[in-house]
Amino acid sequence: MANVKIPIGPQHPALKEPESFTITLNGETIISMDVRLGYNHRGIEKACEERNYIQAMYLVERVCGICSHSHSTCFIQAVEEIAGLAVPPRAQYIRTIIAELERIHSHLLWLGVAGHEIGFDTLLMYAWRDREAVMDTLAALTGNRVNYGINTIGGVRRDISPEQLAGLLKTMDVLEERTKYYIEVASQEITLIKRLSGVGYLAHEDAVKLGAVGPTARASAVDRDIRRDDPYIAYKDLDFKVITDTHNDVYGRTLVRVGELMQCYNMIRQLVAKIPDGPVTVKAPRKIPAGEAFSRYEAPRGEDVHYVKANGTDKAERVKIRAPTLANLQSVAKMMENNRLADVPIIIAAIDPCFSCTDRMVRIHDAGHGRQETLSWQALHTYSLDWHRKQGIDFKALNAKLSRRMKL
Amino acid sequence: MIHPGKMAREVLTSLFRKPATVLYPYVKVQMPDRFRGKIKFTSPLCIGCKLCMRDCPTNCITITKVGDKQFQAEFDLDRCIYCAQCVDTCPKKALEATAEYELAQLQHDKLKVIFHAEPTPASSPAAPAEHAPQSQPAIGA
Ligand code: SF4
Ligand code: SF4
Repeated sequence: MANVKIPIGPQHPALKEPESFTITLNGETIISMDVRLGYNHRGIEKACEERNYIQAMYLVERVCGICSHSHSTCFIQAVEEIAGLAVPPRAQYIRTIIAELERIHSHLLWLGVAGHEIGFDTLLMYAWRDREAVMDTLAALTGNRVNYGINTIGGVRRDISPEQLAGLLKTMDVLEERTKYYIEVASQEITLIKRLSGVGYLAHEDAVKLGAVGPTARASAVDRDIRRDDPYIAYKDLDFKVITDTHNDVYGRTLVRVGELMQCYNMIRQLVAKIPDGPVTVKAPRKIPAGEAFSRYEAPRGEDVHYVKANGTDKAERVKIRAPTLANLQSVAKMMENNRLADVPIIIAAIDPCFSCTDRMVRIHDAGHGRQETLSWQALHTYSLDWHRKQGIDFKALNAKLSRRMKL
Repeated sequence: MIHPGKMAREVLTSLFRKPATVLYPYVKVQMPDRFRGKIKFTSPLCIGCKLCMRDCPTNCITITKVGDKQFQAEFDLDRCIYCAQCVDTCPKKALEATAEYELAQLQHDKLKVIFHAEPTPASSPAAPAEHAPQSQPAIGA
């Protein structure tokens, strides 16, 4: 049978974000997959160069709606390193508490989404209902459900009161109870096991070779976690296990994430028990001395990397962000091989993708002549209009038709 | 025990529990104390240092001098991300975050909110001198 190419996305009911996957099929079986990025590029790195560090921090926080704390912490860690700021221990602990709460909400969200992608919407509803407990906690601690805005250069913006810490422990008990139930569901519900086992297989060697990160890598027995390997904020004081699994498939990725949830509850209990007293900020200079720093952070989806170069002014000279999804995209192409077309949504969802965080700008590269070209928005607009005119499209008639419609 | 329908019991017991959702907009949700909603400006406290303008990530505040030691603030709420950095930055506590969260509008011009320096005659003395063209929450007003 001849191979057939099927485009999935950039607009597709199974994808929540715009990304284009071209799938080569033989019958129902996937031969290969090609990913194309760039549908949601927002130019955040460049925009950071136009803003002072405080403003850039809020912008970076909005790289991702789900791991907002990951990005802002990763960014300011780099800035604080360049400025040589000693962030007070209490602030480090608060950052860690929020970081783990974020992981809890992200993994519970993923559990629901994964359920949805395989038609198990009951799991979606209950996982998301339980997730509300952690969302409410985040709102109470930081002032918002998403984009918490807890970080500031040199510390955190809000302290956590003893009552809140006590409340936090109660929430952890509730969530732990629920997570135990989901672990039971994941290990006993036969439809779930059958649907996810063997789907999206990523061998250990491939995971290493393709540079997979986070739960995607750990489910292929890659024992790697920045929290343990290169501790930042308060992780050096914590005792926790890095969860790995040898299933190498979507089922394994599910087990790793629910396993990590149990570790999160434990870590938060330790953090609450050990949190030191003291101030939560140090005064940060507005102008950051010249220098550069590279910061790593284990976001819920894997290793997040920020690079900041300062030039002595109050604005960064260069900010570079590598979100975890970008590191995992190559693995997705590998996972697709030899699966069925119907498995595409769950395989993509299993890396817990965040396409907007990953998006890159497209540069036109003429391989034959070595010419490179970047189109500005205006130039792209003109090019597109000209191209359509050449195809014989009459914009005058179209505009007239549109304005008639608008009037009706 | 491995069997299908593992969640059936959970589903059945949920039938007899109270709903997890809130009947918004008929029932309002109480925002936590630290919630960062619409920003309020208290003109008499402002010294016109414009530090808030410098730190606002979205450049949505404009402080203008309207008289001797009198300042008015203009907010473009369509740009505000409610980060409350301006509240942290202000040295005089002239800005504060309120719990107001129903800020969606159907008309764009209603998103411009001006806090005048002088209280307008219509507003009571205690209320902030706020002027937005019929500032009304769009939902559940
Ligand atoms: S920072 Fe405060 S005092 Fe300064 S201009 Fe803004 S509102 Fe006024
Ligand atoms: S809340 Fe944030 S975005 Fe809104 S005015 Fe204040 S600093 Fe600007």
